[in-house]
Amino acid sequence: MVQPQTLGSRLITASIYSALALMAALCIMPILNVLAVSFSSNTAIDAGKVSMWPVDFTTTAYNYVAQKKEFLASILVSLKRVALGTVINMVLTLFTAYPLSKEVPQFRLRTWYAWIFVFTMLFAGGLVPSYLLVKELGLMDTLWALVLPGAVPVFNVILLLNFIRALPKELLEAGFIDGAGHVQILWRVVAPLSLPALATVGLFTIVGHWNEWFGGLIYMNDPIRYPLASYLQTVVVRLDLTQIRSADEWKLFAELNDRAVRAAQIFLGALPIFCVYPFLQRYFMSGIVMGSVKE
Amino acid sequence: MTNAPGSRRKWILEWPLHLMLLPGLVMIVIFCYGPMVGVVIAFQRFLPTGGLFGSKWIGIDNFKYVYSLPETMHVILNTLFISVMKIVAGIVAPIITALLLNELRKKAFKRTVQTIIYMPHFLSWVILSGILIDVLSPNSGMVNQFLKWLGFQPIFFLGDKSWFPFVLVGTDVWKEFGFGTIIYLAALTGINPALYEAAVIDGASRLKQTLYITLPGIVPIVILMLTLSLGSVLNAGFDQVFNLYSPTVYETGDILDTYVFRMALINGQLDVGTAVGLFKSVISLLLISVSYFFAYRFANYRIF
Repeated sequence: MVQPQTLGSRLITASIYSALALMAALCIMPILNVLAVSFSSNTAIDAGKVSMWPVDFTTTAYNYVAQKKEFLASILVSLKRVALGTVINMVLTLFTAYPLSKEVPQFRLRTWYAWIFVFTMLFAGGLVPSYLLVKELGLMDTLWALVLPGAVPVFNVILLLNFIRALPKELLEAGFIDGAGHVQILWRVVAPLSLPALATVGLFTIVGHWNEWFGGLIYMNDPIRYPLASYLQTVVVRLDLTQIRSADEWKLFAELNDRAVRAAQIFLGALPIFCVYPFLQRYFMSGIVMGSVKE
Repeated sequence: MTNAPGSRRKWILEWPLHLMLLPGLVMIVIFCYGPMVGVVIAFQRFLPTGGLFGSKWIGIDNFKYVYSLPETMHVILNTLFISVMKIVAGIVAPIITALLLNELRKKAFKRTVQTIIYMPHFLSWVILSGILIDVLSPNSGMVNQFLKWLGFQPIFFLGDKSWFPFVLVGTDVWKEFGFGTIIYLAALTGINPALYEAAVIDGASRLKQTLYITLPGIVPIVILMLTLSLGSVLNAGFDQVFNLYSPTVYETGDILDTYVFRMALINGQLDVGTAVGLFKSVISLLLISVSYFFAYRFANYRIF
C-alpha cells in the first residue's frame, strides 16, 4: 500500500502500531501470568501481587511436581505416543498421498480411492461407536488406542497430495525412463522434494499428538497410563470444575488448590510446544497457504 | 478388467500404487467405516453384553426419547448460537488484524506481532483452560483484579450462565484470530499493487484505498470461508466447552458434543448417545455437502 507521509497518515500509522501491540500483549499476558504464578510464593499469590513477573521467586512448585509419580509417568506415555503416532501418521500420509496424486490415466481407480478417504472427513460414526470399536478390538489401556484410530490424517494427506501434484511432472517421468519403480520414485524424488510440506505436516502431527487428551481420557481405565495432556485435563481442569456450583465454592477451590503447582504443571505441559514452535513457524506459513488457498 | 494388451501393461504399472494405499485403506476401513456400521446402535436397546448383533431393535424409540427430553432443544439452540457467533467473530477478527498488519512497513515489528498472535493456536484447550480458569477466576484472577482496579464488580466469567457463551466466543477468538489472519494476509498479497498506485495518483486516502481496493480484493476469500464454515455449524467446539464448563452453566453452555459425552459415557446410555451423535453426523453431512457444492459452484473451490 502506498502511504503519503502526512500528519494524519502518521497518526493512523501510530494507532495501528498500538492496536497490534495491544493484540500481541493480550495473547501473551495470560501465558506470562501463569508462568509468573508458577515461580511465586503462595503468600504473594494469595495477596494478589503477582502479575507478569514472579514475586518472591521460588521453585517449590516445580520441585513438588518433579516428585509426582503420575506426572512423570504421563510424560513418558506422551513421549511414546508422539514417537509412535508420528511415525505411523507420516508413513501412511506419504504412502496414501503419492498414489492419490496421480492422474486418472496413470491410476485408473484414483478417484474412487480418493472419495473413500475424503468421505471420512464428511461423515463419522461418532463417539459411542468409535469407543465401542476400540473396546471390542481389545485396545483399551494400550498405546495403540491412542495412535491407531487416527492413523491416516486425511486432511494432511490432501495437503501433501496437492503439493506433490504441483511438482514438475518431468522429474517423475525422468525417473520412470531411468527405470525406477513407484517406490523408488517416491523415496528418491517425491519425498526429498516434498520436504517443506512433510516438515509442516510432521510438526503439526507432533503438536497434535502432544496436545490430544480426549483419547487418553476415555480409552485408559487406569490414570497411570494417561498421556500428559489427559493427566493435566483431570488434575488441572476437570477435577475442580465438575464440583463447583457457586461463587463461594470457586473461592474455596482457589484457596485449597495450590495455584503455583497448577501453574507449574500447565507451563510444563506447554513447554514442548514453545520449543518446537520456532521450527513450526518457519514452515507453516507456506504450508497452510499452499493447502487452503488454491484457485 | 479387460484383457486388451494395454490394460495388462497398465496393471503392471499400477499395482504398486494399490499396494501403497493398502495400509492406509485398512486403517480407515477399520477405524472410520467400522464406527459407521456401529451407528445401528441408535436403533437398538443396546446391551453391552448382547453387543451389536444381540441387542433388541427398537426402531426410532431412542430418537423419540431424546426429543422428549427438555434439555435437547436447549442444547441444539446453544450449539447453533455459540457456533454462529464464533463463525462471525472468527471471520471479522482475523480480517481486521490482517488489514492492520498489511498497513505496516516495519518487517521486524510485523513478524514479532505475527509470531505472538499465532501462538495460542498451537496450545491445546487443556492448557489454555488451565490458564483461563486461573486468569478469569472471580476473586484472584488477573482480569477481575483489573476490573476491580477500574472500579467494577468482579465478574464470575466461567460460572455465570449469561456470561458463559460470550466467554466461549471471546476465548475462541483469542485462541484463533492470529492463525486465521494467515489466509487473509495471503489473499492481500495477491492484490495488484498497480491498483494502489493508480488510486494514490487519483488522490485516494488510506481509508479510501482500504474501502475500495483492499476489501473488495478479499471478498471472494471471505465468501469462501463463510461458505465452508456452514458445514461445521454443529461443531461448537467440544474441546473448549468440555474444558471450561461446569454444571452451573449447562443451561447455556451445553452443546451437542458435550451432551453426547455425558449421556453416553457418564450416564451409560450408549444407545441414546449414539442416536444424538447420528443425528448430528447426518445433519453435518448435509450441511458440508451443501457448503462444498456452493464453494465449488461460486468460488471454484475443490478439496483435491
